[in-house]
Amino acid sequence: MTSAVGGGQRSLGWLVLPALLFFAAFGILPLLAVVALSFTSWDGLGEIMPAGLDSWTSVLADPGLPHALWVTFLIMALSWLVQTPVSILIGTFLARGHRYRAFLAVLYFLPLLLSSAAIAIAYKALLDPNFGLGAGLGVPWLVQNWLGEPVLALGTVVFVVSWQFIPFHSLVYQSAVRQIPVSLYEAARIDGAGRVRQFFAITLPQLKYTLITSSTLMVVGSLTFFDLIFVLTAGGPADATRALAVDMYLRGFRGNLMGPASVIATILVLVGLALALALRRLGGKDPTASQLEGA
Amino acid sequence: MSTSTQLPAPAATAGPGAGRPAPTRRRAVSAERPNYLAGVAGWIWLAIIIVPVYWIVITSFKAQSSYFRTNPMAPPAEPTLANYRLVIESGFLRYFLNSVIITVGTTVPAVLVSFMAAFAIVRGGQGRFLRVVNGVFLMGLAIPLQATIIPVYLIIIRLHLYDSLLALILPSIAFAIPLTVLILGNFIRDVPKELFESMRLDGATEWGTMWRLAFPLTRPALVTVSIYQALTVWNAFLLPLVLTQSPELRVLPLALWTFQGQYTINIPAVLASVVLTTLPILALYIIGRRQLLSGLAAGFTK
Repeated sequence: MTSAVGGGQRSLGWLVLPALLFFAAFGILPLLAVVALSFTSWDGLGEIMPAGLDSWTSVLADPGLPHALWVTFLIMALSWLVQTPVSILIGTFLARGHRYRAFLAVLYFLPLLLSSAAIAIAYKALLDPNFGLGAGLGVPWLVQNWLGEPVLALGTVVFVVSWQFIPFHSLVYQSAVRQIPVSLYEAARIDGAGRVRQFFAITLPQLKYTLITSSTLMVVGSLTFFDLIFVLTAGGPADATRALAVDMYLRGFRGNLMGPASVIATILVLVGLALALALRRLGGKDPTASQLEGA
Repeated sequence: MSTSTQLPAPAATAGPGAGRPAPTRRRAVSAERPNYLAGVAGWIWLAIIIVPVYWIVITSFKAQSSYFRTNPMAPPAEPTLANYRLVIESGFLRYFLNSVIITVGTTVPAVLVSFMAAFAIVRGGQGRFLRVVNGVFLMGLAIPLQATIIPVYLIIIRLHLYDSLLALILPSIAFAIPLTVLILGNFIRDVPKELFESMRLDGATEWGTMWRLAFPLTRPALVTVSIYQALTVWNAFLLPLVLTQSPELRVLPLALWTFQGQYTINIPAVLASVVLTTLPILALYIIGRRQLLSGLAAGFTK
């Protein structure tokens, strides 16, 4: 087989060229350029001037950076903590049998149809302390300045993120649970294992690779939550939800400081790569990588 | 299909009941009891999902004047289409068309070039060049590509493409490639090697094998991955925000955002725009729910 494939090698290389060209021009080149731009000063319109380490020193000395890192980390950690257990439970719940659960599934996945912008706009109206749901229902607990108080606003972002993405991750877990051989459960049942025991002894261990994939998507994805936060709070109130991606946009395209914004972007890329590598190590081997090695 | 493999209650009781001591049997029986706790939790979760959706839909049919005076959870006493008329008159048909153009213009080329690349990587993966290319695409998966928006903006300006739909399409194709190559590669790998071999013995070129053998056999994966990428582009916000400025080039998510900026207090109209922009995807969901869902989870579930 190897020889047969080997024979076609030279004639096959050019097939990757169109994809490689696109990715080089709008993926690799920008990746290198963002590092280069972090050593320049540019307002987004005029000349790009070399600026040495100016942007780096100004950003690293700016208390806004540790704050943005902290906000990013909080949103990442909290939304992971909320999403993972709920998604696993829903995925398991939907995976097997029961017609009413199939019906529930149809409705559970509705948030997947909405764009982040649409979700953020709807929640903005829904959570309005004067005209929103709480005021209308007369439930005092719901009448809070959800997007106006720093701590509440961060919690609201985590909630809306979870509302948006739990359906996706439940879907991933649902198909993973369906691939667990039923015979494992049969054997466990014959041995007298109850439902809870089955969940912890069979379902969870079998979901290990899915957990890593899903967590990687959640964690790396949370670095790039831009649409949702930008539309919902625009980083406010008073920078309370100004995560790295929002910070980058505001510095670059609102503040016209592309140099410092590129510093933030570089940090984003480094954090993303570090996290992806760390998660891969944590899981022994990344499932996508192992599939490729099986070639 | 999982219902058929689901073990029905009596079958499980028969096993341990045969000659085991009573406690085991009781536990076995308890495992088949309907899971009331999960059921209740399931309906609570449904409420969390459905209440906002319900509120969005009913409010979009309320007159702005009655919105502040009525119970927000009650259906409108006098439903009106005025909000939808306002949205459509605000140019949403144009924005819809723009979204269709960038979605099709991105998805079709992205999936085609990715398919070719995936085929080459799977069939000729032993070569050093293809291994490196594959490594580059895999690295692309781990990088938050939105972080490259500033240089992308610069490149688009230098190409004199700023404020055009092509400015949205080109980077979107690039961003779609790593994941699409990975997923399609996994599926091409599943094609039995004997089929490739017999094509080769019949004197087919690799090019012919790709289109006549691999392409039809991976069609389900092609559909799945196209749906995933199409939805990603359809919902994209950052690229249009940064790379376009003319009102007539707005795509739907951006149009939603500017619309809610203009009509801050006309909440029913804002929600009508949310409903209207979701309708095409909802239609897809109703027609081909299974395809759409497998498309959404593309590659993450294999």
